[in-house]
Amino acid sequence: MIIYGVALLATCLVAGLYVGELLGQLLGVQANVGGVGIAMLLLVLASGSSRMKSLVTGPSGDGIRFWSAMYIPIVVAMAASQNVVAAVDGGILALLVGVLAVLVSFALVPLISRIGPRSEALPPLEQDADDAARRGA
Amino acid sequence: METLSAVLRANALVVAFTVVGITVWVSYWLSRQLTAGRIHGSAVAILLGLVAAYIAGLYTQGNRGVADIGVLAGVGIMGGGMMRDFGIVSTAFGVHLSELRKAGLVGVISIFAGVIVSFIVGAVVALLFGYTDAESVTTIGAGAVTYIVGPVTGTAIGASSEVIALSVAAGVVKSILVMVGTPMVAARIGLNNPQSAMVFGGLMGTTSGVAGGLAATDPRLVPYGAMTATFYTGIGCLLGPSVLYFIVRALV
Repeated sequence: MIIYGVALLATCLVAGLYVGELLGQLLGVQANVGGVGIAMLLLVLASGSSRMKSLVTGPSGDGIRFWSAMYIPIVVAMAASQNVVAAVDGGILALLVGVLAVLVSFALVPLISRIGPRSEALPPLEQDADDAARRGA
Repeated sequence: METLSAVLRANALVVAFTVVGITVWVSYWLSRQLTAGRIHGSAVAILLGLVAAYIAGLYTQGNRGVADIGVLAGVGIMGGGMMRDFGIVSTAFGVHLSELRKAGLVGVISIFAGVIVSFIVGAVVALLFGYTDAESVTTIGAGAVTYIVGPVTGTAIGASSEVIALSVAAGVVKSILVMVGTPMVAARIGLNNPQSAMVFGGLMGTTSGVAGGLAATDPRLVPYGAMTATFYTGIGCLLGPSVLYFIVRALV
């Protein structure tokens, strides 16, 4: 049943956000600390556990994969609801702070990645499946 | 016309599926026609979304982009925090625990490095612009962390509302820039494997920016970047009004 996968996903998110909220209170900050990350860990653990196999394979798994495929459209909707005007109107100071913070952080990615074990580059990404199908047709 | 508008408003989320679907379709078409697929369709779609949000913001004077236009309110639901987090968590399906474990320590380092470096950049720019009181310098520095850390810090240490607004603007600039800039620099900064994606998420920290930027670069990297990014704002809110504020107060 597709709903089993969706329900598992939803349970992981709510549980993770709750723990993140508690963690925030524990640390005395007005923010959720890692709730989404904890939820992701829960989902990774659940999908690896043999007891939950019926919730993550077959149609149940499709319930999770559907939302995973909806991720980019959700991000597009997110982009369309940003306060872009405020970013543009913030003036030179806001612009400079934002731009410099991003540039410096970008530059640090390769430096910090060098610490710790290396991981393999992912195989090249195919354009989306429907694109490939179109080219094939 | 009024009937149509009423139907659209009453079914906001469903309307959003149509609108976003058309936007994505147009974007992939543009990506193929204009750039021969070099700029990925999802990157074009995110850019179109941001442009639409800008135009809508000018027109409605609101702060939620196209979601402030009545018939498009559903885009705000679809792109809001709840659906965003639901989508992000679902991308973790199929992630290997071993990859996460391998980059665990370096991920933690990147979160602290990201918060502190962004804060320093923001604070230095604030000083260059003539802000000399510790509260303003700290708040603008915190804005460079994320647009949530800025106001949380500013409110906690009693910065002026004008400075708090500036810190939000700086954070929003950062978030949008990460969305747009990531696919352009990905190859140069080695952003092509789970570990560098975790470092990237920890350094950038803005959940929206990381979510959008990685989606436009390679969707398979999203879960790794999102994993570290979700701890960033919390750590920022922890350090901003405390350690970082005390250091700034001792220095200026």
